[in-house]
Amino acid sequence: MNRRDFVGLTGLGATALLLPTLPGFGAKRVDPARLLEPGADTVLKKRLADAALNAAKSAGASYADVRIGRSLNQYVFAREKQIQNIVSTESYGVGIRVLVQGCWGFASTSVVTEASLAATARLAADIAKANKLVMKEPVQLAAQQGFGEVSWKTPLVQSAFEVPVKQKADLLLAANAAAMANGANYINSALFQVNEQKYFASTDGSYIDQDVHRLWPTFNATAVDTKSGKFRSREALSAPVGMGYEYLTPSAAEQVRGPQGTDTIGYKLRYDLLADAALAGKQAKAKLTMKSVTPGKYDLVLDPGHLGLTIHESVGHPTELDRVLGYEANFAGTSFATLEWKAKNLPYGSKEVNIVADKLQPGAVGTVGYDDEGVKTKQWDIIKAGKLVDYQKIRDQAHIVGQKESDGCCYAQSWDDVQFQRMANISLKPSPAKMSVDEMVSKVDKGIYIAGAGSFSIDQQRYNFQFGGQLFFAIEKGKITEPIEDVAYQSNTQEFWGACAGSCDQSDYRLFGTFFDGKGQPTQSSSVSHGSATTRFNGVNVINTARKV
Amino acid sequence: MAILSKDEAQALLKKVLAYSTADECTVGLDGRTTGNIRYARNSVSTAGASDTVSLSVESRFGKRSGIATCNEFDDATLRRCVQRAEEIARLAPESPEYMPLLGPQTYLNPPSAAATLLTPATRAQAAADSIALCSAKNLTAAGFLDGGARFTALRNSKGLEGYQQSTSTDFSVTVRTADGRGSGYAIADATDPSKLNFKSLTQRAADKAASSITAKAIEPGKYTVILEPAALMAGDDLSLLGGLVYSMGAREADEGRSFLTKKGGGNRKGEKLFDERVNIYSDPLSAEVPGNAFDGEGLPTKRMSWVEKGVVKNMFYSRFWAQKNNVAPTAFPSSFIMTGGTQSTAELIKSTAKGILVTRLWYIREVDPQTLLYTGLTRDGTFYIENGAIKFPIKNMRFNESPIIMLNNVEAIGRPQRLANCLVPPLKIRDFTFTSLSDAV
Repeated sequence: MNRRDFVGLTGLGATALLLPTLPGFGAKRVDPARLLEPGADTVLKKRLADAALNAAKSAGASYADVRIGRSLNQYVFAREKQIQNIVSTESYGVGIRVLVQGCWGFASTSVVTEASLAATARLAADIAKANKLVMKEPVQLAAQQGFGEVSWKTPLVQSAFEVPVKQKADLLLAANAAAMANGANYINSALFQVNEQKYFASTDGSYIDQDVHRLWPTFNATAVDTKSGKFRSREALSAPVGMGYEYLTPSAAEQVRGPQGTDTIGYKLRYDLLADAALAGKQAKAKLTMKSVTPGKYDLVLDPGHLGLTIHESVGHPTELDRVLGYEANFAGTSFATLEWKAKNLPYGSKEVNIVADKLQPGAVGTVGYDDEGVKTKQWDIIKAGKLVDYQKIRDQAHIVGQKESDGCCYAQSWDDVQFQRMANISLKPSPAKMSVDEMVSKVDKGIYIAGAGSFSIDQQRYNFQFGGQLFFAIEKGKITEPIEDVAYQSNTQEFWGACAGSCDQSDYRLFGTFFDGKGQPTQSSSVSHGSATTRFNGVNVINTARKV
Repeated sequence: MAILSKDEAQALLKKVLAYSTADECTVGLDGRTTGNIRYARNSVSTAGASDTVSLSVESRFGKRSGIATCNEFDDATLRRCVQRAEEIARLAPESPEYMPLLGPQTYLNPPSAAATLLTPATRAQAAADSIALCSAKNLTAAGFLDGGARFTALRNSKGLEGYQQSTSTDFSVTVRTADGRGSGYAIADATDPSKLNFKSLTQRAADKAASSITAKAIEPGKYTVILEPAALMAGDDLSLLGGLVYSMGAREADEGRSFLTKKGGGNRKGEKLFDERVNIYSDPLSAEVPGNAFDGEGLPTKRMSWVEKGVVKNMFYSRFWAQKNNVAPTAFPSSFIMTGGTQSTAELIKSTAKGILVTRLWYIREVDPQTLLYTGLTRDGTFYIENGAIKFPIKNMRFNESPIIMLNNVEAIGRPQRLANCLVPPLKIRDFTFTSLSDAV
C-alpha cells in the first residue's frame, strides 16, 4: 500500500471520500473469522519450498530462496459516532528469488502447489537470464549458515485478531466520543492490526517459520470555527508497535508527563486511547486561538514522539547502504554519507549523539527473529559519540564495505514483492546521566518544546529538512509560557545533530514508529520504530507556516 | 488467467451472484499481468513479474454490509466466499450512510488497450539501451520500467454490469555524473509502450545531468519559475497539482475543514479562486489519457470540468453526500487534464527575463491543510534563466508554497504533456517562494 492509498483508506486525510468501496482496494478483503484460521503447516510448507528450490537449482541457480507468505490485516475505521468500515484482508502466495550466473531474478505466484512453485522458480530463472544483458558486476552474496528448521514469534500477551470486532469498534467509538465531548467537531479513528506469517527457505539449508504481529491505534481530531472558516487538528500521540492488543491496556507506569505547564502525556508500551482522545479534543479546539510563532532561532526541546521522525529521515535513511551506493538514485534518492564522506571521519553530530540499529528491540515494529534472506537479526552501532561508524546492509552489499556478513535488515512487504535492504529500528541512546524533561527545560532561555510528529520533508541526499509537529509550547527563561501554533523548523542534518545538546535519561525513553516507510520501485512499505528520550537542540531556525490565500 | 475477457468475467460474476441470498449483492473482479525491471549504477538491480486476479463480494441485509474476497475460483471457494460476506453483513452495525445499489448504467467506452506489451527480454533491452547511452559518456543511470495489462469487472443484483481493460507502461530515469555533481531526470508513461522512446528520455536526463555540474548557490526568496510537468504532478506521491485536485471534496469543505470551506459555512463552489487561464477537467474518452469508465461503486464517469476559467466548477460528491445536498454524485476520475497553450518549455524560457527552470519537485508534504501550504525541494536539474536563456545551473532549494497562490500567479501556460496518466502543461509562475538552500545533488 503506498502513501496515497493509505491516506485514502484511513479516512484520516482529505481524500477519504475518494475511496471506492469495490472492487478490492489494496489487498483482498476477507471476514474476521478467517484471520484466526491457521495457515498451512510447516511440513507442507517445507515440501512446497523444496519443490521450488529444486526447480531453481535445476534451472541453473547458484542460490535460491522461497518465501511462502500469508498476510492478514484487519482495519477498523470510525468517524464521529459511526463505524465506517471493517476491512479484513488476506493475501497468500509465494515469492521466489534466484541467482543465476550472478544475476537476480524474481517471480511470484498465488497458486500454491508444488507444480506452480516449480514453474515460478523457472520463470524467475528465465528473468535472471534475460537480465544478464544488463549485468555489470555479478552479485556477490555474503555467506550465510543454514539454520535448519527454526521459528520466531512476536512476543505478545493477546493477539489483536482474537479480540472481538465489536470490542474494537466500541473502543474507537468511545475515543471519538471523548474527543468530541472535549472540543473536537470531527474525528477519524482507526485501528490497524497486522499479522505476517512468513515461511522462508533457502538453498543454504534454512527453513524459518515466523509469526509477526503489529498494531497501531490512531486518530485525527479536528476543531472547526465556522465563523472564521478556520480549522485545526491534533493527531494521536500513540505509536505503531510490535505487540498484541495489550498495548491498549492503559498503565500509569507506562505514561510519561511532558514538561510542567504543557499538560501533555507521552506513552511507552501501553497506550491510553481514551485519555489521549479527550486531551486531543481539548487541544484541537485550543489551537484555533493560539498565538502564532515569531520566526527566528530557538533552542528546541523535542519529545520522542516527535524526534523519532527526524531520526528516521536524517539518520535512518542516509545510513542505508543501498542509498549510499546509488541503488535508489531514481526514486528515494542517495545519501550525503557516502563511503568517501565516512572515510574523512567528519562529525555527523555532537559527542552526545549515539545511534544504534536494532532488529531485536522489544515492542518495535521492525523487530523480527530472522530477516527475509535468512539472516539472524542483531543490534549494531551506527553513530558513536557523533561519528558515523557503520551502515545498514544486506547479503549482496556486505562485500562492498569489506564486511563478511549481512546486518539482517532485508525485507519484502509481501510475498509478491522482491526483498531488499530496509531500515532497521534506528534509535538515539538516552543519556546515561540522570536528566528529567523539567530539568532540561529549566536550562533553556528561549526555546520551543515540540510533541508529536507533523509535516515532514527532506531532500534526496538527506541534507535539508523541514519538520512540523502536533503541539508546540514556548519556553522563556527556563519555563513553559504558552502553547503556540504555525511552527516548523528547517535545518541541515549535520548542523542539526551538531547542535544536539543532550538527551533525558532512560526513564523518558519511548518509541516512535511508522507502518509506511516507502522505498523501491515498485514502492514497498516497511515498518520501523525509532526510540529516544526527550532531546535538546540549540539554535535551530524556526519558520512561521501561516499564510493568507 | 490474469486478464479475463468481458464474457469470461461476467460469466464468472453471474455464477457468484447466483449463490447470493442477501437483499443486495455486488461482485467484482480485478486482475493484472505486469512486469518490471529496475537498474542502478549502470547495471540491473531487480526485475520481476506479477500475475493476479481477485474476486470481492459485498453482501447487504438492509443497511448492514459485509465484504469477503478470494483468489481461487472453484465452485466451493466461490460459494464459501459469498457465505462469508453474508455472515459479516449480519454481524455488522447498520450504516447511517447506507445508499441502495445502483441499477443498470450506461458507460462510455474509453480507448482501451495496447495490443503488444513488453516482455522480460524487451524490458532488459530498453534498460540496456538506456545504460549504454550513459556509460558511453561516463554517466551513471538508475531507471525503472514497469507496465502491463489490467482489467476490472463489476456486477450487482440490481442488474448493473461493467467491464474495462487497460494497459499502461511507466518509465523514469535519473542520470548522474560520475563525480556526483550533476543529476538529471526524465519520466514518461503511455497506454502503448511502443510510444515510449527510452533512448531519447535517457538522453534528456543525461543532458540535464551533464549541464548541472557547476551549480551555484543563489539567495532563497521569491522567483519567477518555470515548472516542468514533473514539478507539478507525480504518480507515486503528493504533488502540487495532484494535491490540489485531490483536495476538492465537497464533504470536507461543507464540514469546515478544507481550503474550499466558506467563511460562515458551506463551500466555495462557483467562486473564482485561480487565474482565469486555469482550466482543469477530466475526460474518460481522452485519446491521450484514457480514464476509467466507472468508479468502485459502478457510477459512470463522464467529462467533468473541475476548474473553468479559474472558477471552481465542480467538487467531488460521494453518493451519500450528493443525496444529502440534492446534487448529482461525481464518479472519481482516474486522470486529469489541465489545458494549456502551444508553447514548449524552451519557448517559455525564451520569454523569461529572470527566473528558474525546475525539472522536478520532490518530497512534497502538506504543511497546513487550511491554506494547502506545501513544502518540498527541487531536484535533478535546476537552472537560472536570464534574458531568455539558461545561464547556469543552481543549487537545489526548498520551497514553501500553496498551489492556490501558485495558480493565481500564472504568467504563462505551455503545451500539456502526459505524465502519470494526466495531461499537465509546464507553467511559468511569478513569486514562487523558496525558503532555504539544499546541498543535495
